[in-house]
Amino acid sequence: MGVRPDMVEELGAPESQPELGRQRNWLWAVVAGSRQAKVGLAVLAFFIILAILAPWIEPYDIHTRVGPVYAPPSLKHPLGLDDGGIDMVSLLIQGGRLSLIVGFAAALVAMVIGGGVGILAGYFGGSTDVVLMRITDYFLVIPDLPLAIIVAAVWGASLTHLIFVIALLLWTTTARIVRAQVKSVRERVYVKRARSIGAGDFRIIFRHVLPQIGPLLIANTVLTVAVAIFDETALSFLGLGDPTAITWGSIIEFAFLRTAISSGAWWAVIPAGLCVALVIMGCYWFGQAIEDALNPRLRVSYLSPRTFRLRPLAARDGAS
Amino acid sequence: MRGADYVIKRAGFAVMTVFVAITINFFLFRVIPGSAVSNMARVPRATSALRHSLEVQFGLDKPKWEQYVIYLKELFHGNMGISFTDRQPVTSNLRTALANTIPMVTLGTLVAILLGTLTGVLSAWRRGTRLDQVSTNIAIAFYAFPTQWLALVLLIYLSGVLPSHGMTNNYLVDPTWWEHVKDVLAHMTLPSLTLALTLYGEYTLVVRSAMLETLGEDYVLTARAKGLSQRAVVIRHALRNAMLPTVTLVALSLGYVVAGAILIETVFSWPGIGNAVYKAVSERDYPMLQGAFLVLTVSVVFFNLVADLLYFKLDPRITE
Repeated sequence: MGVRPDMVEELGAPESQPELGRQRNWLWAVVAGSRQAKVGLAVLAFFIILAILAPWIEPYDIHTRVGPVYAPPSLKHPLGLDDGGIDMVSLLIQGGRLSLIVGFAAALVAMVIGGGVGILAGYFGGSTDVVLMRITDYFLVIPDLPLAIIVAAVWGASLTHLIFVIALLLWTTTARIVRAQVKSVRERVYVKRARSIGAGDFRIIFRHVLPQIGPLLIANTVLTVAVAIFDETALSFLGLGDPTAITWGSIIEFAFLRTAISSGAWWAVIPAGLCVALVIMGCYWFGQAIEDALNPRLRVSYLSPRTFRLRPLAARDGAS
Repeated sequence: MRGADYVIKRAGFAVMTVFVAITINFFLFRVIPGSAVSNMARVPRATSALRHSLEVQFGLDKPKWEQYVIYLKELFHGNMGISFTDRQPVTSNLRTALANTIPMVTLGTLVAILLGTLTGVLSAWRRGTRLDQVSTNIAIAFYAFPTQWLALVLLIYLSGVLPSHGMTNNYLVDPTWWEHVKDVLAHMTLPSLTLALTLYGEYTLVVRSAMLETLGEDYVLTARAKGLSQRAVVIRHALRNAMLPTVTLVALSLGYVVAGAILIETVFSWPGIGNAVYKAVSERDYPMLQGAFLVLTVSVVFFNLVADLLYFKLDPRITE
């Protein structure tokens, strides 16, 4: 076995189908067309529903002691108890709630900043482009976590700060990818036609450019959610999260600080990390599926480095 | 000479990035109202004389731009201030820490590159098979696991087998040079292994997709048409070219190596620069934090520059 012949065919995938952003219900088409997208969406939906229903489905109160410290898993408490004798299942459900809120909020803020910068730079070009992209380049190279640490350390620990710190780090990749796409959209015939009949920049951006880059922006945001949740656990672990909030990150932090390891209480550590990993994988599968639908060439490798960005890898201009 | 321009341009960018980082560093700590240093002068019940003397001591009575110039000048002379906690110069503290971090990080990264290249090439070669699926999914999982969590899991299961804390065994009496090296290596195993595992997933995915891209190129088809063996096609024609994007991506992931080092050193109490960051955060030791951020940024920028130049050297097609 070597290079399979079908790969060569896949490389030359037909471009005749209409662009994704111009189709109605494109999201539905993506989900229906890909098993990967279905799995990813199912995982995400599971955790989101759990987070929404948290107050009603938590088996125990998260502030009440229900048994001995670090009690091992039992029938009544399938994942055991933590260092305060609190039920781990309830803690995980509650933690997921805040982790997801931080993840989605940070990704949304990053999407607005990154999308805005990308559209402005790509649409107006010229010196706007040069200045904005220079700034983006600097931010891209400066290592994320250390920057987040000093910003969070100076600002002080709170959930809102955490969201903005993470967003501040994650907009750069989005900005680069969006800019590349906008640059090509700007040259399309329908944009030129719109301009020739007198449409202003504002109208062109909102009516013609934004719908075009919609799918790309959403794919990117989904992938950013993964990074944001990952960063949340890291910052919380270093003591830069809200000390009173329960997140998956703080569950891991507390287990580390309060001798779960030497007590052999694996149940206080392992489930929280697995939840984080599952959500990240869900985001990854789903986001990747949208990207694949956007760019049939990428289907050759259903995992491509272009959007592979838990760590800042996607600095290349994919679509230009 | 080809591309003296290019070298100067990249080096210039690197220097500018470091400068931007220094400026961020300065403004974050000094200019934002209520920031660290001005808080120092706000001791409860402080007399105005004490407040004034503190302000003079830290140079806060001078105008901001003058403070900035002084900061730059001192930095240029290698003075990063005095640590709040141990009253030692930050520069010498960081030098020791960096000397401890480099071997651990290098070992981990090398193992990850070897392992990642191996599994990545195998996956791409046997694309679409069971082996590919299993290896890719394992890689995604390791890529999604939070670093500190992975470290804790290893700690739970291997702490009895391998040393899990610090860098040397303090109870070793008069070790010979060889015994010392063996001791340090044993202590290094777990932190390096954690780093290797978190990076391995990422590198596998990167190498795999780079390989898939080159396997679809015309020259690979030509090589096969010439009747070369599978091995020769994959290793001599595809892998060599696939190493090009890999070099860049590995270099770009260095920002993550740094972040990983912070989390890993915290878990294993490895006395390196990451642990220094953690301690500085928890003790609010701002001079150390600032210095560590700068050192980490400079090293990431430096390796990015190296990667840029290496890429330029490896790929004669680049003429820019």
